Amino acid sequence: MAEQDWKSNKRVFAAVSLPTILWVLLFFLIPMAIVWVYSFGENRGLTDIEFSGTLENYKRATEWLYVTIFGKSFAVAALVTLICLIIGFPVAMAITFASEKWRPWLLLGIMLPFWTNLLIRTYALMMLLGTQGYANKGLETLWGGASWFRTLVGMQPLPTWEPVQLLFNNFAVVFGLVYVHLPFMVLPLYAALDRLDRSLIEASLDLGAGHFRTIMRIVVPLAAPGIIAGVMITLIPALGAYLTPDLMGGTDSQMIANVIERQFKKANDWPFGAALSFLLIYAMFILIALQAMRKKVPEVH
Amino acid sequence: MALFRRTPIAPLEYSRTLWMRLWVGLVMLFLYAPLFVLMIFSFNDSKRNVVWRGFTTKYYEKALGNDQLVEALVNSLTIAALATIVSLMLGAVAAVMLWRFRFPLKGAIDGTISLPIIVPEICMGVAFLMFFAAIGWPTDLVWPFNLGAITIAHITFCFPFVTMVVRSRLATFNREQEEAAKDLGAGEWAVFRDVLIPHMKPALVAGALLSFTLSLDDFVITYFTSGPDTITFPVKVYSMVRFSVTPEVNAASTILIILTIVLTAVALKLQGVKAIAETH
Repeated sequence: MAEQDWKSNKRVFAAVSLPTILWVLLFFLIPMAIVWVYSFGENRGLTDIEFSGTLENYKRATEWLYVTIFGKSFAVAALVTLICLIIGFPVAMAITFASEKWRPWLLLGIMLPFWTNLLIRTYALMMLLGTQGYANKGLETLWGGASWFRTLVGMQPLPTWEPVQLLFNNFAVVFGLVYVHLPFMVLPLYAALDRLDRSLIEASLDLGAGHFRTIMRIVVPLAAPGIIAGVMITLIPALGAYLTPDLMGGTDSQMIANVIERQFKKANDWPFGAALSFLLIYAMFILIALQAMRKKVPEVH
Repeated sequence: MALFRRTPIAPLEYSRTLWMRLWVGLVMLFLYAPLFVLMIFSFNDSKRNVVWRGFTTKYYEKALGNDQLVEALVNSLTIAALATIVSLMLGAVAAVMLWRFRFPLKGAIDGTISLPIIVPEICMGVAFLMFFAAIGWPTDLVWPFNLGAITIAHITFCFPFVTMVVRSRLATFNREQEEAAKDLGAGEWAVFRDVLIPHMKPALVAGALLSFTLSLDDFVITYFTSGPDTITFPVKVYSMVRFSVTPEVNAASTILIILTIVLTAVALKLQGVKAIAETH
């Protein structure tokens, strides 16, 4: 049945629309507008800000330092998304083709960490990756085993084990982001794969294509909308990630969100922070617009 | 030999192949191992966290004896509860508006409501910091009013998720039911209360669970919105992790993980594993 015209029942329309519209206006659009206005302002003294309509903040954002940080944030987010896709795709396949009994439990297994506090998950990972943590302990055992094996076959034993620095570097940031964003990827992939017409896969297998070829030529193209959704849902929060690079990264692995935070807390340069944060929002919009455009293309032809 | 007779793996039973099982098993290990280690070591009688020195619950006593930490936890739960209630009402109403009516600027309003889902947390945090500074939000209110700013911020990023979930549920509503109710003399409010709300119920439960966990989880927005005297659990844990790693953090984290599991179990009880799995 078609939607009702708002004029036909103004009272009910007012009751359902006013709270929402007022809330969004008051507590979302106005705060955002304030950031936007600030981004054209400049500091005058410690606390005074003059809204002079200057583009100085945006000009400063094109300095090499900030361009590299933006570029690096994109690179890290893209790498994280790619790793999540590679790890997550088989998992989504497995869930899709699992038995009726198992499927919800597997899904729940993916979702439960997603519901667990992000900070706690990051902290848990830090414990594991620390120089004294189990990742290093495991590597040490492997190293010891390799050393023992070398003496066994009559070679020089390996030098003594030095703990690997797994935390406070770029590796840790990527690892941590993959850890926290994996569920973001698996759930939309599952949603797409679940809707797939299975007879097409069966047909491909019947006609002699191998499993790998079927997946690459049939499943992946058909699940493309879901894959793109998963990529967007992972890429966007990874690009704006603050906590993981802050806690697990070193001084050289700061991402754009950390730079924004610094403008507000330590550097006390709100106009510049506002400009950077709007640049990040624009970047999100561009990503979403690109995705929307991609969708429209086939309709044109 | 019934024990060894297995049905052969059919072509589409990918999840029964060894490779797939191994892969899923490894991913689950990857997801859960850090959490298990954290939980186990919260009972470890050692300050350095790495070697097992025997079982103790003293860090739980310490964590529960840490007034700031307990206050932060109570604050977080209060904010989450308040944010969930308001988000449910606002989200449901917004979903009904978008589902039922045709009105000018509908696309723009629809898009704006879902914007908080897309806008990076850091940008929203910054926006709330500036907003509350600009309007001069009082900071020295009595509990629980001092949590007002954080709660408002949380509602803003929670309710779009409720709208999303409720809207997809409303899409399956048979409008003839509504008409039947009206024919039988029910007013708008009675239809909403007795026909629409019961239909939305599974989505409302899912939305409530989602809002509660999102609110409890949020660090970045809260970090920017909280005043000096309003600390939440993630913000407190953050400063503990940042400045002094103590086993107390493990104990406090374990309490929160268990809380999450309990909440999930309650939701499972209410909706069944299938419905929960389908809501996201």
